[in-house]
Amino acid sequence: MEEIIAMLNEIRPEHDFASSEDYIEDGLIDSFDIITLINMLEEKYNISIDGIDIIPENFNTAENIAELVRKSGGNI
Amino acid sequence: MNINFLDIFENTVKKKINDTAVVHRESSVTFSELMLSAKNAACSLIGIIGNSVNVPVAVFLPKQISTIIADLAIMYSCNPFMNLDVKTPKDRIFNTMELIKPLAVITDEKNKAFFDGTSYNVILIDELINSGKADEELLLERRSRLIDTDPMCLINTSGSTGTPKSVALNHRSFFDFMYWSVERFGFDDSFVVGSLSPVVFDIYDFELCLMMMCGAKLVLLDASLASFPAKLLEGLNKNSVNFIFWVPSIMVNIANMDLLNKIDIPPLKLVWFAGEVFPTKQFLYWYDIMKNTMFVNMYGPIEITLDCTYYAVEKRPDENKPLPIGIPCRNTDILILNDDDKLCTAGEEGELCVRGTSLAMGYYNNPEKTSAAFVQNPLNTAYPETIYRTGDIVFCDEFGLIHFCGRKDSLIKHMGYRIELGEIEHVLINKLMLVKYCCAVYNYSKKKIVLYYEKDSDISAADFRNAIKTEFPAYMMPSEYIRMELLPRNANGKIDRLLLKKKTNEED
Repeated sequence: MEEIIAMLNEIRPEHDFASSEDYIEDGLIDSFDIITLINMLEEKYNISIDGIDIIPENFNTAENIAELVRKSGGNI
Repeated sequence: MNINFLDIFENTVKKKINDTAVVHRESSVTFSELMLSAKNAACSLIGIIGNSVNVPVAVFLPKQISTIIADLAIMYSCNPFMNLDVKTPKDRIFNTMELIKPLAVITDEKNKAFFDGTSYNVILIDELINSGKADEELLLERRSRLIDTDPMCLINTSGSTGTPKSVALNHRSFFDFMYWSVERFGFDDSFVVGSLSPVVFDIYDFELCLMMMCGAKLVLLDASLASFPAKLLEGLNKNSVNFIFWVPSIMVNIANMDLLNKIDIPPLKLVWFAGEVFPTKQFLYWYDIMKNTMFVNMYGPIEITLDCTYYAVEKRPDENKPLPIGIPCRNTDILILNDDDKLCTAGEEGELCVRGTSLAMGYYNNPEKTSAAFVQNPLNTAYPETIYRTGDIVFCDEFGLIHFCGRKDSLIKHMGYRIELGEIEHVLINKLMLVKYCCAVYNYSKKKIVLYYEKDSDISAADFRNAIKTEFPAYMMPSEYIRMELLPRNANGKIDRLLLKKKTNEED
């Protein structure tokens, strides 16, 4: 989980991800950030995320992002 | 005789009265409702701004139905609208406002705080719509004085000196593009447009014209959907969208994710794309799956109103060759000029220049930039005739098809946005004073901006991002920062941009 938060902080250092319950709804990450994040996740965990899984519900919290990584075969 | 888009809109409304004009999420508006709201708002607006005509009015709203009402109301007031991106940093918006000096800015309750502490005339769209009452006589009288070379809208684009340039486009140039579109591709009221472009793109203005002139239905798709292609395709299906005009990036993503094989294929009959090069491999993915869809590669800078050349893909392209940008749209002439300002022969590379009604009127409040790009046709010494020099290097093959080669300068297209890399450098060096020397280059295959900077010690990416976000919208943010003790210099002692560009694009 910390690894995910660290990545988010790298992309958007100005936001406090710990205090948000929905990054998308709260506007913490936008479409450009999602593309950056997917690239980072795929590289770090050596996975390929299925396009079908790229939906807001999988990116709104660090838990859900971690779950997506697991679902895509990543070791997290 | 068509002079302005309002007269033609009124004719459309008569035919389409209770049909849906615009859909956004769960809300929608009919043609007659849209016209009435726009007229009400226009009359309130005229009450505030008085007799001024042909002076820009800014719109600071996200993409929603009321934004379209605001744009139409401004047109009804006989002034050009200038849409602003609500996600752009303050300084950049205020730089633009300072240059353009709009009569007023229309926004909503949620966004009005952005202008707190400024002296701009800030007006709320809901108040405009609700407080006004359409005065047909007033609107008609005003409109009767409007001519087709009066400006319809202003579109902002990146400028190398740190302040955006604002392109002024008139009604006539939009008609010119619409006449060609309708004649060539048969746009009519059976078209349902999947509108994904931000309201600051010229594609959005074209979609407005399709609605006003042809009676097409607009489905406003949230920009946030661009990062969720599966949802986006669902949205197309749900709304029976049959025409899209998008930038290739999103279509490339869909191809890379193989989504067309996993989700119902939307009922698209016509797909236009423009704004950047569509890699042929990913294009073929779309082409091979969507057998009943016509694909068209469009090309053109904002300064000539949407696009000036097109390539309708009628046979399967060779996977190893880029798509041509094709042939001129009707009533547009393309001149390819070499360094001596002579016409290039077949196969010879030169600068693409445009001649015709489609030319913009220039950059608003910026005569120097205007006279540098809008120049006398060097082939014509008999009478004044303006051409626009695009700065794009192209060649024409033996079949008469034009092919794009690259740029003369450091302008790039990234996610459909036009960016002067020099602007990023200028702000980092002179305004933020983060570095003394730097060079921004574009990685074409990974579609990202890379910044090389000269310094003794590293600056973290987070520090760069924190500083840059106060000046630039997200799409202008470099994704990679590379420190060098000394940037390479060429024989004249200037930073060797070409070498860095080569290095960046060779590594992949």
